[in-house]
Amino acid sequence: MIYSVYIINKAGGRIYDEDFAFNRQAEEVTFQSHPIPLVLTADTGKVLVKFGATGNVKPGHSIIAVDRQAVTGLYTAGDRAILDVINDPASYPLTLTFGRTKASANEKLMLASIFHSLFAIAAKISPIEQSSGIKELHTEKFTLRCFQTITGVKFFVIVDQKQTGCEHLLLRIYELYTDYVLKNPFYPIDMPIRCELFDQNLRKVIEQVERATAYNSATLS
Amino acid sequence: MIYNLYIFNSAGDCLYYSEWRRKKQTDMSKDEENKLVYGMLHSLKSFVARISPDTSDSFQSYQTSTYRLSMYETPSGVKFVMNTGLELSLQSAREILHSLYKEVYVEFAVKNPMLSLQSPIDSELFRDKLEAFINSKMRE
Repeated sequence: MIYSVYIINKAGGRIYDEDFAFNRQAEEVTFQSHPIPLVLTADTGKVLVKFGATGNVKPGHSIIAVDRQAVTGLYTAGDRAILDVINDPASYPLTLTFGRTKASANEKLMLASIFHSLFAIAAKISPIEQSSGIKELHTEKFTLRCFQTITGVKFFVIVDQKQTGCEHLLLRIYELYTDYVLKNPFYPIDMPIRCELFDQNLRKVIEQVERATAYNSATLS
Repeated sequence: MIYNLYIFNSAGDCLYYSEWRRKKQTDMSKDEENKLVYGMLHSLKSFVARISPDTSDSFQSYQTSTYRLSMYETPSGVKFVMNTGLELSLQSAREILHSLYKEVYVEFAVKNPMLSLQSPIDSELFRDKLEAFINSKMRE
């Protein structure tokens, strides 16, 4: 499963990012009565689970929907403060959906720049001469794979452990970048990419690669 | 091939550093380099926590075209950072770090009543056991 794609220019600024398959793991829980077994806090524009767990919901999850209606920040679709709704016994039974909140545009900008620096530091502290920057990064739950072009543009994808063919995927994204972005005479180099065709074709490539992976794992099992 | 090893405590001080086959030095003092590595690890941890599609994720390792850096963090905040060659798989590197923690650090550093573990580890026994452990891993 491919979670996101980021493109960084040679100065470290984010020029493109897109999330796919976001919150496929959203958890929906229906509470029958007040009080609920979770401690919630309002934290930088979202309601966060601070303590307590129920089912698959853990600290770190935030509320993305109340009674199946998506929320905006700290308010429900009906413009009531989420915490008020939860503390009001009259709202029960209440269905809350928990998941990861999408990083805001600013956060994504910061994350891209942070990765750019980490990439460079990894090359600097290398115990072997002529090391590249970070090509792969492994965590408990995902893998990040990065491809840097000769001009310094970096493409990186966040995928799960089972995803194969990332090298190929990164090269195809690079191809799309040269075809729909660089060959566009109105595109200013190193600026954020705003191109319908690039988005559409990128989505197609992502779907293709995901389908190929699903097919491979189905034939292997 | 194990190139070098850093051990940091939760405050960011380097408790121990050792290198075996390191071919390139950074042009910084040891102190500066330790701070840079710790700073990078700290940033990596928060980067991973934020960019992860799932909640509560933790950084394990990264690799470049020439080396792999693996990190093992204990619940008390002690971080073991090891740079290895690419021929060592991700799994092997993690196993080495885990065994290092279990067989060397806990046995000869934590259990030593003379060591404070907030300042650099100054124990010949620890150094010898660590070297022996790493050499045995390299011979495998």
